[in-house]
Amino acid sequence: MPIKVLVTKPGLDGHDRGAKIVARALRDAGMEVVYTGLHQTPEMIVTAAVQEDVDVIGVSILSGAHMTIFPKIMSLLREREVDDIVVIGGGVIQEADVPKLQALGVREIFNAEATTQQLIDGIERVVAEFGRDRARRAAASST
Amino acid sequence: MITQRVHRDLARAISAVENRIVPLSAARATLAAQGHTPAAARADVVGITGPPGAGKSTLADRLIEGLRAAGETVAVIAVDPSSPFTHGAVLGDRVRMQRHAGDVGVFIRSMASREAGGGLAPATRDAVRLAEAAGFDVILVETVGVGQIELEVVAVADCIVVVTVPALGDSVQTIKAGLTEIADIFVVNMADRPGANRTAVELKHMVHEGRRDIPVLQTIAQDGTGVAELLKAIGAYRRAEAGNTGRAVRFEVMRRARDRAALAAAALLDSPLGAGVFAQLSAHQIGRNDAVDTLLEMLGGPVHAH
Repeated sequence: MPIKVLVTKPGLDGHDRGAKIVARALRDAGMEVVYTGLHQTPEMIVTAAVQEDVDVIGVSILSGAHMTIFPKIMSLLREREVDDIVVIGGGVIQEADVPKLQALGVREIFNAEATTQQLIDGIERVVAEFGRDRARRAAASST
Repeated sequence: MITQRVHRDLARAISAVENRIVPLSAARATLAAQGHTPAAARADVVGITGPPGAGKSTLADRLIEGLRAAGETVAVIAVDPSSPFTHGAVLGDRVRMQRHAGDVGVFIRSMASREAGGGLAPATRDAVRLAEAAGFDVILVETVGVGQIELEVVAVADCIVVVTVPALGDSVQTIKAGLTEIADIFVVNMADRPGANRTAVELKHMVHEGRRDIPVLQTIAQDGTGVAELLKAIGAYRRAEAGNTGRAVRFEVMRRARDRAALAAAALLDSPLGAGVFAQLSAHQIGRNDAVDTLLEMLGGPVHAH
């Protein structure tokens, strides 16, 4: 079954060419990409991720707000009792913040120089490693 | 009552049937076991279809707004096309509906059309039934942008809104054959554009030539103009006809009967019995037409369809 990814851009940062290129590249790699557009709040991102039941939330941040956005996303996911959606990020994120984000549970950070192929490979890897096993989940919840 | 947990469990149930992990009946049983039960026996299902870019998602957004104001909970199943080459898809319909993100009475799910060709995804019907089982009052089904013959929405929706826009060349052309036959309500969206009246008049003429009395409305989804009238027309239709026309039943039975017949035919062709016919054919003992007749006879149906 195809990997389903939410590609989203939080905050005030006003251009989404990069996110659209990413969405297209993931589509061409056979993924089902839910694209939310610009100016998303953490609330909107988590609501969309839960309703769409995506495998991965991919957050693109260039504005420097990552240390407020990611903690909010992670805590909202916990609040909604969703623990099997993998969160990754990309954009302009300082090296020093990467371990902090990883400690929050963000599984992968791609910097602005990452190629789309690195992104595709990275998503496939984190889904294989940390993603849900939908079949097992469905079986478990029906018993 | 619709809660965040309903959203999560419904979303997972839809994934389970969409990815063919469990059948619909099992997914529904799971929802029931999780304590989710519908308030009413059935939901009203409204289909929104029409050519690409006609404003279906924006109109759906306006309908959500109006239905919520009337106190009804709304689930939206929005279908976008899958690439036939890579099987990937970009699902962008919810971009137009995101102001409802903070409202737990609204659930929006995108589906990639995958291998299905009728304007819906293979599991759209199941997703609708799961949303119904989860307790939503109204379910909006938005098809992919369709041409004239993608009519699967008929099997899913009680009331079908066909959306078009002015100046699509000869605008009526784009929605002529099949779509006009399934419309319960016509909407000319972007009615502030030149040619809107003409398009509406053309549609009205066409409607008058047909058997049914179908409303032809004009809207500007962008600013909400005409949406109240559309909601009223949908409401009238729901009260008068929802689920009683038998149209959805006919369409679904025909579709499944075709699927079954195709399966039976495929099984016969691959069976020793079928192989025997192919052996005779390649040994020039029988001709091509004889082979077809023989195989159809083996299937048990009439040899000639007409």
